[in-house]
Amino acid sequence: MRWYIPYGNPTYFIWLTLAIIPLMIGLLYGRRFRGYQTVISLFFLILTFGGPNWKTGISLIGYLVYQMILVGLYSHYRQPKGSPNKGWIFITAVVLAIIPLVIVKLTPLFTPGRQSIIGFMGISYITFKVVQTIMETRDGMIKEFHPVLFGQFLLFFPTISSGPIDRYRRFEADYAKVPVRDDYLNMIQTGVRYVFQGFLYKFILAYYFGTVLMPQIQMRALMAHGFSWNIVAYMYAYSMDLFFDFAGYSLFAVGISYLMGIKTPMNFNQPFKSKNIKDFWNRWHMTLSFWFRDYIFMRLVFFCMKHHIFKSRTTTANVCYVINMLIMGFWHGETWFYITYGLYHGFAMVINDTWLRFKKKHQKYIPHNKFTELFSIFLTFNVVCFSFLIFSGFLNTLFFAPNPY
Amino acid sequence: MDDKQTVLDILQDLTGEDFSDNLDEDLFASALLDSMGTVQLLLDLQDKLGVQAPVSEFDRNEWNTPAKIIAKVEAAK
Repeated sequence: MRWYIPYGNPTYFIWLTLAIIPLMIGLLYGRRFRGYQTVISLFFLILTFGGPNWKTGISLIGYLVYQMILVGLYSHYRQPKGSPNKGWIFITAVVLAIIPLVIVKLTPLFTPGRQSIIGFMGISYITFKVVQTIMETRDGMIKEFHPVLFGQFLLFFPTISSGPIDRYRRFEADYAKVPVRDDYLNMIQTGVRYVFQGFLYKFILAYYFGTVLMPQIQMRALMAHGFSWNIVAYMYAYSMDLFFDFAGYSLFAVGISYLMGIKTPMNFNQPFKSKNIKDFWNRWHMTLSFWFRDYIFMRLVFFCMKHHIFKSRTTTANVCYVINMLIMGFWHGETWFYITYGLYHGFAMVINDTWLRFKKKHQKYIPHNKFTELFSIFLTFNVVCFSFLIFSGFLNTLFFAPNPY
Repeated sequence: MDDKQTVLDILQDLTGEDFSDNLDEDLFASALLDSMGTVQLLLDLQDKLGVQAPVSEFDRNEWNTPAKIIAKVEAAK
């Protein structure tokens, strides 16, 4: 038996097709075979977290038990009528939920080159799901803790390694019902199209940019010692690779979910067509940016406005943009380039908003036509690609890492 | 003043537009309301109408038109 990264190679897809056909036949005839779905989920989890990766499998189980207890306890505290709903208990629950992820993220900082033993592939994405569940439980939107459903939600195997990040209430509603046949036929059509689009993105385009083109450019850039046009070429090649690789993966995850009768939300919506940076974050890694918007940004703004922390609305927005994006930077990893990437996007949002306000005020004098729109798309694209160059860590390799030559 | 008018006034403050004749305008699709505006809306609903709507409640598909917001407010009362 071989061991697989989700969607990593053709054999994985063969297993996947064989496994979901019975599920699909059931759905077509109005039944969801939940027991069978659980069995194949376990099978695919074992393919990824078993064999040589068994240690990460143990970590996953330990992590799951820990979060189940935590969310169970918090629900037990919060869900009965007349719960005291203390702020500090909520904060403690959130802190306890993110502690494992924080340990995993900080470990390489203290023991370079080593990964934490409690880590496993996809820990970030499960943590997002846990934290949002605690927050919505606090808001009284999740009224019942159901360990089995919650487990199905956390471990939904098509999205386990890198999202998209679904929402509990949405997932649970889908899982509880069987789509009407006509709807399900449409879902199959969409799902199949997504999977094939994913093949094109991940195995052809990302392969070309990432595996064929990038190493050559990288080599030339390193040989040039210091600044050269190769860095610019690297920036575009890396950006294309990042997009097609991740969008391809996301298409697989969403496509397979659709075939299983679950409408996992889409992650990308033609991001390189964005007219400004805000538009970009509504189109790029959408489930992550919406997660940050709903669970960090809006709550931070709500808190600041309610307690009148800043006098002006603009200041509140600006401070919250920067904090929001900075947290996203830290989430990516504790290196200068991830954190700079976060700050860069935070300030880009601030500049974007300032410009939009200025433009609105001077509407009469600032032209708006097809040409200015094309220019804004071009500008946004380059601002974004430059942020990916920072994100790639290549500048670090180029200028700060010990030179291998 | 009735709830409907209060909601319309709040929306006019936030977006600069009068929705009395456009109750089904999609506020998010037309980019009239963003996350900042949304939070302001929630706070105003709380202050002026006593409607407690946490951020989690705010599903963009359920709160995207003036008519839907008015319906939510009336249901909450």
